[in-house]
Amino acid sequence: MPFIPHTEGEVAAMLDAIGVDTIENLFDEIPQSLRIGKLNAVPEAMSEMEIGRLMMQRAEQDGHPLNFIGAGAYEHHIPAAVWEITTRGEFYSAYTPYQAEASQGTLQVIYEYQTMMTRLMAMDVSNASLYDGASGLAEAVLMAVRANRKSKSKKILVPRALHPNYRKTTYSIVHNQGIELIEVPYDAAGGHTPVEALKEYEGQDITAVVIAQPNFFGVLEDVDDLTNWAQNNGALTIAVVNPLVMSVLKPPGQWGDNGVDIACGEGQPLGVPLSSGGPYYGFMCAKQAHVRQMPGRIVGRTVDRDGRIGYTLTLQAREQHIRRTKATSNICTNQGLAVTASTIFMSIVGGAGLQRMASQSHANTVSLINQLSGEHVKPRFSRPCFHEAVLTLDASLDAVMQDLASQNLLPGFALQDDYPELENSLLVCATETKTGQDLARYAELLGQAIATHASSGVLSQSHGA
Amino acid sequence: MLIFEHSRPGREATAQSPATMADLSDLPANQLRSEKPGLPEVSELQAVRHYTRLSQKNFSIDTNFYPLGSCTMKYNPRGCNTYAMLPGLLARHPYAPESASQGYMACLYELQEMLKDVTGMKSVSLTPAAGAQGEFAGVAMIRAYHDARNDTARTEILVPDAAHGTNPATANMCGYEVREIPTNKEGDVDIEALKAAVGPQTAGIMLTNPSTLGVFERKIEEIAKTVHQAGGLLYYDGANLNAILGKVRPGDMGFDVIHMNLHKTFSTPHGGGGPGAGPVGVSERLAPFLPVPMVGENNGHYFWITEKDKPQSIGRMSAFMGNAGVLLRAYIYARMLGREGMQRVAEYATLNANYLLARLREAGFDLAFPKRRATHEFIVTLKKQKKELDVTAMDFAKRLLDYGYHAPTTYFPLLVPECLLIEPTESEAKEDLDGFVEAMVKIHEEAKDNAELLKEAPHTQPVRRLDDVRAARELDLAWTGS
Repeated sequence: MPFIPHTEGEVAAMLDAIGVDTIENLFDEIPQSLRIGKLNAVPEAMSEMEIGRLMMQRAEQDGHPLNFIGAGAYEHHIPAAVWEITTRGEFYSAYTPYQAEASQGTLQVIYEYQTMMTRLMAMDVSNASLYDGASGLAEAVLMAVRANRKSKSKKILVPRALHPNYRKTTYSIVHNQGIELIEVPYDAAGGHTPVEALKEYEGQDITAVVIAQPNFFGVLEDVDDLTNWAQNNGALTIAVVNPLVMSVLKPPGQWGDNGVDIACGEGQPLGVPLSSGGPYYGFMCAKQAHVRQMPGRIVGRTVDRDGRIGYTLTLQAREQHIRRTKATSNICTNQGLAVTASTIFMSIVGGAGLQRMASQSHANTVSLINQLSGEHVKPRFSRPCFHEAVLTLDASLDAVMQDLASQNLLPGFALQDDYPELENSLLVCATETKTGQDLARYAELLGQAIATHASSGVLSQSHGA
Repeated sequence: MLIFEHSRPGREATAQSPATMADLSDLPANQLRSEKPGLPEVSELQAVRHYTRLSQKNFSIDTNFYPLGSCTMKYNPRGCNTYAMLPGLLARHPYAPESASQGYMACLYELQEMLKDVTGMKSVSLTPAAGAQGEFAGVAMIRAYHDARNDTARTEILVPDAAHGTNPATANMCGYEVREIPTNKEGDVDIEALKAAVGPQTAGIMLTNPSTLGVFERKIEEIAKTVHQAGGLLYYDGANLNAILGKVRPGDMGFDVIHMNLHKTFSTPHGGGGPGAGPVGVSERLAPFLPVPMVGENNGHYFWITEKDKPQSIGRMSAFMGNAGVLLRAYIYARMLGREGMQRVAEYATLNANYLLARLREAGFDLAFPKRRATHEFIVTLKKQKKELDVTAMDFAKRLLDYGYHAPTTYFPLLVPECLLIEPTESEAKEDLDGFVEAMVKIHEEAKDNAELLKEAPHTQPVRRLDDVRAARELDLAWTGS
């Protein structure tokens, strides 16, 4: 029996100790009318060998395309040691560290993680993680509504240049609480969110302003001006940042005159594989003044009865298992194992290593954009980008993308579904994992695809005329 | 010692990052970081040794019996991890086109189908990232359903007083008032109180069955009828699905919406506090509201179902597909169990719990509900020991650590004084259950002869009992050394 150790003799002895004849008798409190027979959609059992073979076939089926998609999930090198250690049974198969004395390993890892994140973000405090970057932003919005006691409006300014799925997720999670998300447009030429776009809200009651760095288009925002505008208008500031990139860009704790109130984002770039979008984790840091409004678990350092240093979950009075209806969030299980991986990743790669990864990702992207740009392919925005950029093609993007995919290259993320104004526009990303040859291959294949499809586009136009 | 304390300026694991820094002078100078990120500067070996040693300070399923009630700490098969971490699966970008994702999507589609079957629901969405997010999705769907019918006077969600804290917190996040329903002495929902509480203001009820008291809610059909007649919907909290997997289906009990904790029932790892996965299943009338993305199938081709296809969807719960890697582990586990294996889960989890209950009762421990069968878990109350010997459930819990057993859940549910909620799971062998009983008996003896042994426990762990008050008063949440 898979994963059940009982021998026949043991079952008999156990039933005897209980005082029933069959296992079936143990279900005698369940009304007979509710009992089911056979499961139809569940197939017969497979051995590990058989399922292993099936999974290898399925993984193989999806190929190993050369990937230039970023759009919120980034391919970076992960040291082999990171997941070797993370998947040790002692980390992998432990539960939430409620029994602190028997969970010092996990608790210390989280304390170290909190320390690393506060340093990377230049913020005071960090929690132990949320589900992912998008749902983390939703939690940050809810937190800002609680923390900004002077504001009554529950109005949040959200840039259109923020990841579309972050905006959708935040809406799904917060709209039942009467919170209004107001979209702030981006500059059509620069691709950034101009502080002028906020001016119409001056003097109004705004609860918080969301600022993304880099924004979804890879463009750098004027974070100092945006932060100062928000704070001068009584709004809290929520930064949504790429943590790897913060190793070289000004961290949110230093934006504007006073730094942001809450910094959050997707932790995946720090040692978590792409793996189809999860498990990742959302990180969240804040100013000390807001710590009691933070959602999720927080680990604190304390001492035991002998005065020895130890670690424990703290400020639990914020949480659902104590406060129930009045909790800061319903979050319980979070993303502990992904955080463990990130902590080991940051230790091994180190600050200087992160800076080199980030800077080489920038350099590769700049180089790629230069190689791809030409008569039919133009960078869309004029402002500086970090490790992603938007290109606009004068050809059918669908056709070009299919061509490249059929040659085992994923050229980027098509923007037009989420941004109808960005027709035939592609968000491309080249991290430090891409070699000069990879970039050249992309340029060559794109050139060929454009030659096919741009000319056919011209032809069909002439036919139409 | 913290990893930071191993740090030496200039030390690095140079094999793990690009050799050189690239030029950033094309970026505005006022956007750049002026100081180092302040991360540890250690060798690869130092990091490996540090975190390996830290791991050894944990109890885990792989090292210890872990009968933590309501958490279903069963064996997490290693094969599920190995085959969910194949290089091709790890490298797949969430925005890879469908043409390069058919293998992965086949796994998700088949998982959806299997979960529909074992829960008796009409449609399943895998995307919620954990049980609490599944709860959120479920209650948000209840609200979307009433709103779509312009039935907007329904402002209240009913929650039994024994419920997990996530239930009332979730209802609150969805903009509902919470009304608690009492439990009777036998551990069932107080039907008369329920009948008095339902009305035109009732949006729904959130129930766990078997309940957190470790007993099956016998009047579930009457509860369903009562709530449905008032126009409310029934939400099933799947925290305890392991107890009935393949035996009874929430859909047949009358539930309209259910979440499952794949990190419990489908044996994906708890990871020291996640990641989990909390798929939701619904009856026909709630299907239009399911969160996206989902996977559809047409003639052997798998495709994404998004908000375009489901305009009434409550939307997205995360940026991509939720905890995709957890879903793959659950898929592999389900395939290895197969049809019959899935039914055995509930059978042997229930056998183990009732055996442990019988042995502990025989050893003189009091049960919270002595007249009831255990489901996959049960509650021992140490009220008597507290009164007579002045030792608490917490003292027992801490002393169990010295004997190499993780403590059961303590002080939950809140209704039972000095409680231990014990869930052995199906993957433990008889001799391990016997060992646990022996430890409990010995601790009971110690409580009579030398209660200090319990009060001062644990004695064998890396630290003794920690000062939680100081942790909360003198907050130290990040290391300030250099």
